[in-house]
Amino acid sequence: MTTPPAIRIEGLVKRFGAVTVLDGIDLAVPTGEVTCLIGPSGSGKSTLLRCAALLEVPSEGSITIGDRRLDFRTESGRPAKLRHADIRAARSSIGMVFQQFNLWPHMTALGNVAEALRTVRRLPRQEADARAAAQLERVGLAARAGHYPAQLSGGQQQRVAIARALALEPKLMLFDEPTSSLDPELTGEVLNVMRALAADGMSMMVVSHEIGFVASVASKVVFLDHGRVVVSGTPREVFARPRHPRVTQFLETHVDHAASLLIG
Amino acid sequence: MTFDPAIITAHLPALGMALLTTVWLWLVGLVASVILGLAIAVARLYGGLTISLTLGSFVQMIRGTPYLIQLFLLYFGGPAIGLTLEPFTAGILSLSVFGGCYMSEVFRTGLRAVPQGHIEAAECVGLTRLQTLRRIILPEMLVLVLPPATNIAVGLIKETAVLSIISVPELTAVVNEIGSETYAFVETLTALSLCYWGLVELCSRAGQAAERRLATFRFAA
Repeated sequence: MTTPPAIRIEGLVKRFGAVTVLDGIDLAVPTGEVTCLIGPSGSGKSTLLRCAALLEVPSEGSITIGDRRLDFRTESGRPAKLRHADIRAARSSIGMVFQQFNLWPHMTALGNVAEALRTVRRLPRQEADARAAAQLERVGLAARAGHYPAQLSGGQQQRVAIARALALEPKLMLFDEPTSSLDPELTGEVLNVMRALAADGMSMMVVSHEIGFVASVASKVVFLDHGRVVVSGTPREVFARPRHPRVTQFLETHVDHAASLLIG
Repeated sequence: MTFDPAIITAHLPALGMALLTTVWLWLVGLVASVILGLAIAVARLYGGLTISLTLGSFVQMIRGTPYLIQLFLLYFGGPAIGLTLEPFTAGILSLSVFGGCYMSEVFRTGLRAVPQGHIEAAECVGLTRLQTLRRIILPEMLVLVLPPATNIAVGLIKETAVLSIISVPELTAVVNEIGSETYAFVETLTALSLCYWGLVELCSRAGQAAERRLATFRFAA
């Protein structure tokens, strides 16, 4: 018996007014594996991830998370009206990590992680705090539990945000450029946490410009351009020569030259 | 011109009572303003077009007319529609509506200033809309609006003086009475100004202290 994918995206189209941002995306993240989305700015990779988190409602296509299938295709051609309850149910097995961390500034690190355990899961305070503390431990921040976001570095904030997403024990983690607002010194600590997660067998979908990380952690790399999948495959298939000319162009113009040398 | 402080010291007990009345009017009016302001702001943002337009026009009307006229309309015009109010009640009610409308504008901009990402993060971990409002949006907004809300609170202290006209025994009414009995207008009006100024200083200092304490809760990124 094969395990169904953590998420399956079929024929996904997303239009903002007259602009088509995603133009028919088919993609599946196998359970326990890491799929990385790369591509130039405006290629639609962040929109794709936001669609997967149901923060954007796709114009067409379907998304299947676990055994729950959401269909966005309609006969009339108008976008389907989704019930808020359906969206919340589908989201319950997903953890989302944002580029801007988006920690709640009026709560401590522990408070941020424990919030959903208390208000959504309705756990008693002690149990919620204990579970939250365990998640902070997992990202190496047990000692910072009582700190407010303003008292943490960017890298620490992003690790708290990861712990917050992990607290509800999601089956799939989505990362939207998790290190893009961090300086290089802080990028490493976040990537290490993500590496450890991947090694633990977490299903992950990651938008990242960290080609080194992508090449070493991803089991599948998807290269997007103009809302379409241009190439997808193992990192070797996508990065090693001979490679798709669009990928070469991307690596030369969008990625640090040293990184592209490293990939060869 | 003579300046005789004895006139003030002779009336200290009466002044003290009047000051207490003013502070009481202000505090009750302020608390009611904050509650009403929150209700209006939330209803305008999330209540749909009709509610938003209706409340919007009401707020514009209150902000577009002098408080004195609003008080007169309520106190002298009220009986015409069967609404006969005691001076105190009319005072508190009009003060709360006036302050509430100003507060609602501050809260409304504050609500919109809460980063969309913080709201999305709450959605992603499964908070309902109401939980997001209560646990994330309102607390973040309150930290943001503290300085402009303090400003409105300060303004409200001075608006209480208007209530002297409908014979609420607050500071201005009592001090004016002493003034006209003794003809010591300079002394009484100076004392009156100092009292308001002192209250305003207290209020702004409290606002600043709260701002410093809440600095930790502001956005880090």
